[in-house]
Amino acid sequence: MSSLAANKRKTMVPLSWYLALSALLFTIGAVGVFIKRNAITIFLCIELMLNAVNLTFVALSGFFGDVGGQLFVFIVMTVAAAEAAVGLAIIISIFRNRESLNVDEVDSLKL
Amino acid sequence: MTNLLLEWAIKTIVILFILVTAVAYVTLMERKVMAFIQLRVGPNRVGVGKFRLWGLMQPLADGLKMIFKEDIIPLQANRWLYVLAPALSLIPALMTFIVIPYGSEITLFGRTIALHVTSFNVGLLYVLALTSVGVYGIVLAGWSSNNKYSLLGGLRSSAQMISYELALGLSIVSVLLYSGTLDLVSIVNAQGGFHGLAWNIFRYPLLILVFVIFYISSLAETNRTPFDLPEADSELVAGYHTEYSSMKFVMFQMAEYLNLITASSIATTLFFGGWNGPSVGRFPVLGPIYFSIKVLAMIFLAMWIRYTVPRFRYDQLMRFGWKFLLPASIVNIIISATVILFLR
Amino acid sequence: MERAERVLFIIFAITAIASALNILLQRSPLYSALSLIGTLLSLSALYLTLHAQFIAAVQIVVYAGAIMVLFIFVIMLLNVPKDQPQIEKQKGLRYLAVPFAGVMIAEMFYVFFDNKRPIRLSSMPMPSGNVDQAVGTTWNIGTALFTDYLLPFEVTSVLILMAVVGAMVLARREGD
Repeated sequence: MSSLAANKRKTMVPLSWYLALSALLFTIGAVGVFIKRNAITIFLCIELMLNAVNLTFVALSGFFGDVGGQLFVFIVMTVAAAEAAVGLAIIISIFRNRESLNVDEVDSLKL
Repeated sequence: MTNLLLEWAIKTIVILFILVTAVAYVTLMERKVMAFIQLRVGPNRVGVGKFRLWGLMQPLADGLKMIFKEDIIPLQANRWLYVLAPALSLIPALMTFIVIPYGSEITLFGRTIALHVTSFNVGLLYVLALTSVGVYGIVLAGWSSNNKYSLLGGLRSSAQMISYELALGLSIVSVLLYSGTLDLVSIVNAQGGFHGLAWNIFRYPLLILVFVIFYISSLAETNRTPFDLPEADSELVAGYHTEYSSMKFVMFQMAEYLNLITASSIATTLFFGGWNGPSVGRFPVLGPIYFSIKVLAMIFLAMWIRYTVPRFRYDQLMRFGWKFLLPASIVNIIISATVILFLR
Repeated sequence: MERAERVLFIIFAITAIASALNILLQRSPLYSALSLIGTLLSLSALYLTLHAQFIAAVQIVVYAGAIMVLFIFVIMLLNVPKDQPQIEKQKGLRYLAVPFAGVMIAEMFYVFFDNKRPIRLSSMPMPSGNVDQAVGTTWNIGTALFTDYLLPFEVTSVLILMAVVGAMVLARREGD
């Protein structure tokens, strides 16, 4: 459902800047998943990656006038909420059983 | 463009001044109302010089006393978060007042000035967003004080706030279905017919149920009695602001009263017509006067409830919020949608 | 006044990147969570510059106001300790991460700033017709959500139900 506007206006901030910012944030999130050893911090970096992708969607939706991008962001936010709830519940169970949140120590199925 | 910026800046400064004074005098109003309900006289001695002035300078005296108190930071407290928490509580409370319309339009110095700072087209969502951010001040205050009473009080208080945010948001949706826009200025303008008395409560009488749910949820959001278990004086020492003194404590109290004024202003705007009233068209200056009268009536109602109703226990409070208010507000959405279906 | 757009973008972009880097540089998970909240607020401001008013407000209400509160509650309830980088097991991954980041950033420069590609769009469509129903307003998103994108909406509601039930079952203590 795209609205092809007849008139466009020149912006001082081109689309590539938004996409570059999104790629930078995604890279920082990905590096965070590599570097950090705490389960919750890894989860935070995953949320950062999701937000970088949200920025891409909204930027493209704004520059092409299509609302589908923003709707997908809406769905992504909902999915991120559901994933955060279940993920944190899993982290709580792991902490209760092993007393540690360091992912290096949670590397075998046997306690 | 600079004209617009200048207009915004001046309006914001005027509103801030009025707000800070209003908060100070709402504390005096609270003490006087409390005294009236408890059959005694409130503070009536602090005046100017020889004149008692019915205690009207009491907030000034209280403010000066608070400024001169010693500012303590506990030894093991997390300094950064300890200092940040009151600011995180106060700033969102102040930010909500730029979207609320106070009047229609007045003509000053040859220009027509609309009496609202901005007119967002997602104004109501902006207010909801700011109440969501206000939770962080309380959580971080409880955590950073390094005190088990503060931590428990902070966690309980913030859990209560996020639980009642749901009922608050859903009751706002019921009003939205009738008004069709999230912009507070448009909502108030639409309630202007019939000599200024076409308020939403009169046009759609079933909104009275929604108003009750909205008001109860906003009392729980602002941590007022009967929902103030996490910060009451006889429970949990003083909850999340146990370890705070002097100006930081003042910031928490200001934030609490500002939240109360915000909730009353939103209730007035959504249900009682904002600045509308008889003959506002001819004398635009009556707009802010009607608005203030309605907001003061809502604040008086909150204080009346505070000194009449006993406190809820925490589990009763959570059960009330999740098992009663949330389904009730959803049912109200269905009722509103059905009414609109039959009206159009 | 068009320079204001560029200045606003640069301010919020720098805040977003600085907060994101702070997530990696802090040892306490609570500070990392607070930095992520800073990133979310900066991103919300950027969404406003892209005419996505509803998504900007919903980002603060849902993401910064609910999901991050959930994170902070869990961090406080579990009393998560600070990281101790000197006793980590797999230090080798740290030396893998930096070249990985370098590769991704080089790729980004190649794709975005290469002159031959048409990705350097610099004109945004103006809202035409009724301004209250332009792309990005609540009206537009609401109508699209309930007409064209109804199936994802319904599937998402089932997903949330699954998440609620799953979280309750997983976080329950034995014998409750």
